[in-house]
Amino acid sequence: MVSAGFPSPADDYIDTNLDLNEHLIKHPAATFFVRVEGNSMVNAGVHSGDILIVDRSLEPADKKIIIAVINGELTVKRVRRHKDKLCLVPENDGFETITVTEEMDFQAWGVVTHVIHSV
Amino acid sequence: MENLFALIDCNNFYVSCERVFNPQYQGKAVVVLSNNDGCIIARSNEAKALGIAMGTPFFKCKDIINRYRVEVLSSNYALYGDMSRRVMNTLQQFTPSLEVYSIDEAFLSLTGAHDTSFSDYARTIKMTVRQWTGIPVSVGIGPTKVLAKIANKLAKRVETYGGIFDLTACKDIDVLLESLTVHELWGIGRQYASLLSRHGILTARQLKYADDGWIRKHLTVTGLRILWELRGISCIPLEEAPPPKKGIGSSRSFGRPVEALDELSEAVSSYISRAAEKLRAQCSLASVLHVYLGTNRFRQMPQYSNGITLTLSVPTSFTPHLIRYAKEGLKKIYKKGFQYQKAGVFLSGIVPQDQVQLGLFTRDRLTAGYKRALMDSIDGINRKWGKGTLQCASAGVKQTWGMRQEMKSKNFTTRWDELPVARAG
Repeated sequence: MVSAGFPSPADDYIDTNLDLNEHLIKHPAATFFVRVEGNSMVNAGVHSGDILIVDRSLEPADKKIIIAVINGELTVKRVRRHKDKLCLVPENDGFETITVTEEMDFQAWGVVTHVIHSV
Repeated sequence: MENLFALIDCNNFYVSCERVFNPQYQGKAVVVLSNNDGCIIARSNEAKALGIAMGTPFFKCKDIINRYRVEVLSSNYALYGDMSRRVMNTLQQFTPSLEVYSIDEAFLSLTGAHDTSFSDYARTIKMTVRQWTGIPVSVGIGPTKVLAKIANKLAKRVETYGGIFDLTACKDIDVLLESLTVHELWGIGRQYASLLSRHGILTARQLKYADDGWIRKHLTVTGLRILWELRGISCIPLEEAPPPKKGIGSSRSFGRPVEALDELSEAVSSYISRAAEKLRAQCSLASVLHVYLGTNRFRQMPQYSNGITLTLSVPTSFTPHLIRYAKEGLKKIYKKGFQYQKAGVFLSGIVPQDQVQLGLFTRDRLTAGYKRALMDSIDGINRKWGKGTLQCASAGVKQTWGMRQEMKSKNFTTRWDELPVARAG
């Protein structure tokens, strides 16, 4: 195409559209979406019905909010590591902290990086 | 430089996919059924240990399944396809030289990799795929693709190897080859295997030292390549980009026997729609269309099957045209009074979209642009809103002949309304 007339003064400054995937997902192959059910994490801004962006490639370090498998079920909690103890801490006073024991069937499933919450 | 290949194979892939999102299946006997819930096509190790064989019809092992409370699932190809893509993308960060060999296998070229130990490298690959995708894999390493495939088999077979086996670190390969029958070799089909057995070549080791001329004569150059690969001479290269498909098929077994021509036409129209969509996705047109149908060979009932091949005057990917031809073809081969179990279509004579000679006496020249635009919008809408959102009316609205998938898990990774749920309780 040959365009006549003056070139647009913005031509040199054109950016691509902002892409939320690019902003929120660093490792696409390892990133999954998970729906929240329950209220034990409301003080961390995680509400029932929200969608969590979960990156499995990240290490479940101390204080991260993670998806864990406990007794065959996916659950969302904040992980705390005290010396040799591993705890899953809720963010709502009405719920109990879970201390992970040897007998428990526990696995870290992924690290929550963002919450998608409708307002 | 010495060639080096790794074959990465996902363990019990379909079952493993299901376990990522349904962790309660971990450690339990789980099987996945084929389309239509017909046969066992994937088994967890626990199910294998119960003696449930690959390919067994579901109804034949219902007893074991009930007795041991085996979890039974219909196949969920949307999930397996998405998880496969994730596994392959994860592997791609290790090397761009990757051949996706099947939904659950990939060859990696390690040529030029200067890791101190290939086993360590394989361990890193295995752990990364497991962490990123949740899928357990086995890794086999060898100087040729055939040997990498063998190494992978050994990695799976011998528990103490921990899912990794490096054939290049092995001092006496012949001892290992002695333990494998020719049936188990990649690229040796059942017919070749029995031909070899008849001539006293039973093990991989015997094949390795067979006479080149004899093998070439009886197993063609394909067999000769396998023999050389067994000797460690790499002659099957990595195929990084598969060539465009030479033919596109779509067929299914019906959920129940179908007798009426109307219903068969619906089914065939819907297969055409799917095949045509694939055709357009690779920017090709088809010039030959094959339609077939058949009754269930395994039942005691009147049998009939037939097929017809139609050559199209102008190559096309326009669904309504293809459907019209397919229905005409179907009418010619259809016979009343049979209980049909299966129908299918196959598009071939594939040519690139932009290399087509238009028919002299067609008006296609004028309307080709409109048709392409129409199909593009339909494909776009179906991609966005899910398969079959927009379809030709002749494909039927209810599709009562459709597949049985009574125990299918959710589309955890491809549908917003079917995401896995995490309890915050």
